[in-house]
Amino acid sequence: MIGSPRARRTATLLVCYGIVGAFMVFFLFPPYWMALTSLKTNQEIESLEGIPLIIQQGATLKHYRDLFTKTDFLVYLKNSVLVTVPTVLVSMVISVMAAYALSRLGFLGAGVIGTGVFLVYLVPDSLLFIPLFKVIGGLGLLNSKWSLLVVYPTAIVPFCTWLLIGYFASIPRELDEAALVDGANHFQMLVRIFLPVAVPGLIAATIFAFTVSWSGFLYPLAFIYSSSEQVLTAGTVTSLIKGDVYHWGGLMAGALLASLPPVLLYAFLMDYYISGLTAGSTKA
Amino acid sequence: MAQVLMKDLNKKYDEVHAVKDVNLHVRDKEFIVLVGPSGCGKSTTLRMVAGLEEITAGEITIGDRVVNDLPPKDRDIAMVFQNYALYPHMTVYDNMAFGLKMRKFPKAEIAKRVGDAAEILGIQELLRRKPRQLSGGQRQRVAVGRAIVRHPQVFLFDEPLSNLDAKLRVQMRVELKRLHDRLETTAIYVTHDQVEAMTLGDRVVVMKDGWIQQVGEPLELYSKPANRFVAGFIGSPAMNFMDVAVTDAGGALWVESNGLRVKVPPVHAGRLGAYRGQHVTLGIRPEDLRVATGADSGDYAFDTVVDVVEPLGSEILLDLKAGDHALVARVEPTVRVKEHEQLRLALQPERLHFFDLKTELSI
Amino acid sequence: MGRVSPDTAAVHAAAPARVTPARARLLVRLRSRSAVGIVMTLPLILLIVGLVAYPFFYAIYLSLLNKRETAFVGLDNFRFLLTRDTFWLVVQTSFLFTSLAVLWKAILGLTLALVIHTLPPRGQRVWRGLSLIPWVMPLALSSLGWWWIYEPTHSALNWVLVLLGFSPKSWLAEPFWARFSVTLVNIWYGTPFFMITYLAGLKSIPQELYESSAIDGANAAQRLRYVTLPMLKNIIAITLLFSTIVTLATFDIVRVLTRGGPREWTHLFGTYAFELGIASGDVPLGAAVSLFMFPILAVSAFFILRGIRRSTS
Repeated sequence: MIGSPRARRTATLLVCYGIVGAFMVFFLFPPYWMALTSLKTNQEIESLEGIPLIIQQGATLKHYRDLFTKTDFLVYLKNSVLVTVPTVLVSMVISVMAAYALSRLGFLGAGVIGTGVFLVYLVPDSLLFIPLFKVIGGLGLLNSKWSLLVVYPTAIVPFCTWLLIGYFASIPRELDEAALVDGANHFQMLVRIFLPVAVPGLIAATIFAFTVSWSGFLYPLAFIYSSSEQVLTAGTVTSLIKGDVYHWGGLMAGALLASLPPVLLYAFLMDYYISGLTAGSTKA
Repeated sequence: MAQVLMKDLNKKYDEVHAVKDVNLHVRDKEFIVLVGPSGCGKSTTLRMVAGLEEITAGEITIGDRVVNDLPPKDRDIAMVFQNYALYPHMTVYDNMAFGLKMRKFPKAEIAKRVGDAAEILGIQELLRRKPRQLSGGQRQRVAVGRAIVRHPQVFLFDEPLSNLDAKLRVQMRVELKRLHDRLETTAIYVTHDQVEAMTLGDRVVVMKDGWIQQVGEPLELYSKPANRFVAGFIGSPAMNFMDVAVTDAGGALWVESNGLRVKVPPVHAGRLGAYRGQHVTLGIRPEDLRVATGADSGDYAFDTVVDVVEPLGSEILLDLKAGDHALVARVEPTVRVKEHEQLRLALQPERLHFFDLKTELSI
Repeated sequence: MGRVSPDTAAVHAAAPARVTPARARLLVRLRSRSAVGIVMTLPLILLIVGLVAYPFFYAIYLSLLNKRETAFVGLDNFRFLLTRDTFWLVVQTSFLFTSLAVLWKAILGLTLALVIHTLPPRGQRVWRGLSLIPWVMPLALSSLGWWWIYEPTHSALNWVLVLLGFSPKSWLAEPFWARFSVTLVNIWYGTPFFMITYLAGLKSIPQELYESSAIDGANAAQRLRYVTLPMLKNIIAITLLFSTIVTLATFDIVRVLTRGGPREWTHLFGTYAFELGIASGDVPLGAAVSLFMFPILAVSAFFILRGIRRSTS
């Protein structure tokens, strides 16, 4: 029963790979099923014959073609880009300035603000969307994509500021002092020393900002009702569903394409993404 | 080139009085070393000269300007930090050029100065590299290079060698000394390592608890320590201290305690006379002890028991017991003794040190 | 004796109390630093005050109005909610959903983290990378995918069940299975976050602890019990609390899969508030519903902050 250490190690590894394999099936089946459906013909989707887990009657790009030619998908895509780009820029500028001030200029109340920022980050969007609905109405931005530019930073800036405070705090103070002796002022210090050194933090924060802005669903659903102003998430969910017959192929094609930007960003910048994600509980 | 004057310099944080009434005149072209245990105020003093710490009270003059209210960049100083503080995202060249760029030097002048400094330090091949691609010693050189391209009036060094391994530290020490001989720029150097202080400094400032204990040339500190702290801090292994009573017998002064009785040599007799009947601290450096021979006078010899033998090759350190006292002797490598053996030691009478028990000042 | 250089004052003199001019200068410099700091933090402060603090108090105000927002009705909205069976169903669903989802996410996340941590380091990157895909996809859109998976006649889940000899279910139409389905999607979405956090925690445990406990004779289970779990205690606590907040506030999954149905059995606070406040136009009642989340959030936030303070100090 007690094998050699090597045999035991092999047995352990086999069990581990089995468990990891089961998790991978669980995690990856939904995107696989979505991709599969988006490539099937309507007849095959409707059919009750055969094995649904593979494509049997030949793949088609029809659903993707239809998405661009017969639906408002491109309008949603354009709106999503128009909202996300300025949201990310504005949020990053606010976060960088605040994080620099809070981590290095140690003024009265900086500690309180730092804690406050973290608490605000914990406020979920489903707590305040109703008063924000009224605020957006008051600003005359109901049913405008620009309403999102107003509310998204509230979900982004606190976390990004908090994340960047951590990154800035890890820059040794001697680096500031060297720059001070070298003759740099506050602005030069931020732009020429802090930002270049904190690039990993900036990337992690930017990814977060992008993801929140791109994936947001509740705010556009609550604030926007015209198709011409809608963004990808809410647009795909609400307007691509037409009538009682669900066009599963088209729906899955839309959902998959709309998911692609954050997934690609993640694929290329995985380490930055993860460092931002784990900062929440392991670093502090 | 400039002199640096510190007048009644004080630094107080909320609860800590870190620097107390420091008065120091660093002469032009002098290499001065501030040395002391951690928390003695040496770094704080240096940082006040750099302008990185507010001055609580007192005055600092560099050249003929009072610099109290000048930001670091206007003080014409350059600093080398303990962790080098190289900008990780810049090449070696850009690290060295940064201070000059901030001061809007023309490109050609920057290139010339960086080139010159790189040549002096032997880092020409490294100019395109990033700090993380360098070894500790190379980083150290770049940090020094960043300081010298500026041609400042004063160099400030904040424990620049303490992150290097022992061998490299010795090598860089020599290089820094050579560099100073060549550039002749006033330098203030902070370290906790007394060997570094003794080898580098034209003069050495010993600090403790925010106070200056003594200022002097290295050998002066070694042979004539102002107080017990300096005596114990300078020299390795440290000086042996013993609490002894001053007695009068047969027309001569003696110091004695359990297991030890030594005649006070004539050079000290005058000053110790006032302590007759009282206790003082006797200090003997380990290197001033040797194994007694038949020819040694009994007045300057005493019996010990060997506790631990530490052969170091070029010498042997002996941990000994003389009565209640534990002491260390540094003897010739040819001496053959075993642990627990009896050993009679002789001392150099003219090299004894005596300190007041209360004030700890040298007698 | 010439031992003390002429440059040096006598050792141990009393310190003079001349600090006034220096203190004045210090204040000036501090003030300018503060000014720069406050200016740079101002956009953040305005954002928080204008779009978080103000809306929060505005929500409280709104919740005290009547449906047409013309009259002040005191706590009537809250009292009304407490008499409604639907509201109590929302409370029940929220409690069940949050506690079960958080628990399972933690268990599965820890299991997966431990398993991946055991694998050879080279492969770990790949498994870690693939595991995070559910977390990276926009939740509203992946929920759409799940919606299709749960489809009873044409889709995969029932096909597999039948293949394995079970009877097919109408996943989103029966109360129990609808709740199950919604919870399962949340577990699918959130487990990667737990896994990645625990994995980072595992990597931060010094290897020497395992080596010394192995020398002390601990087996794998004992090492888990006496080394791993105590070392991860703080991270586990923080992720649990953090996830409690996020899970309680879930909106996308329920909105896409069930819209709260069947017969309001899957409504959470967020979706119910949306239904009342935005879809049915009773803003004050919707505001009141979402405010019920606040005490739970506040308590969790308090403990998270305490946990983080403790792990940093």
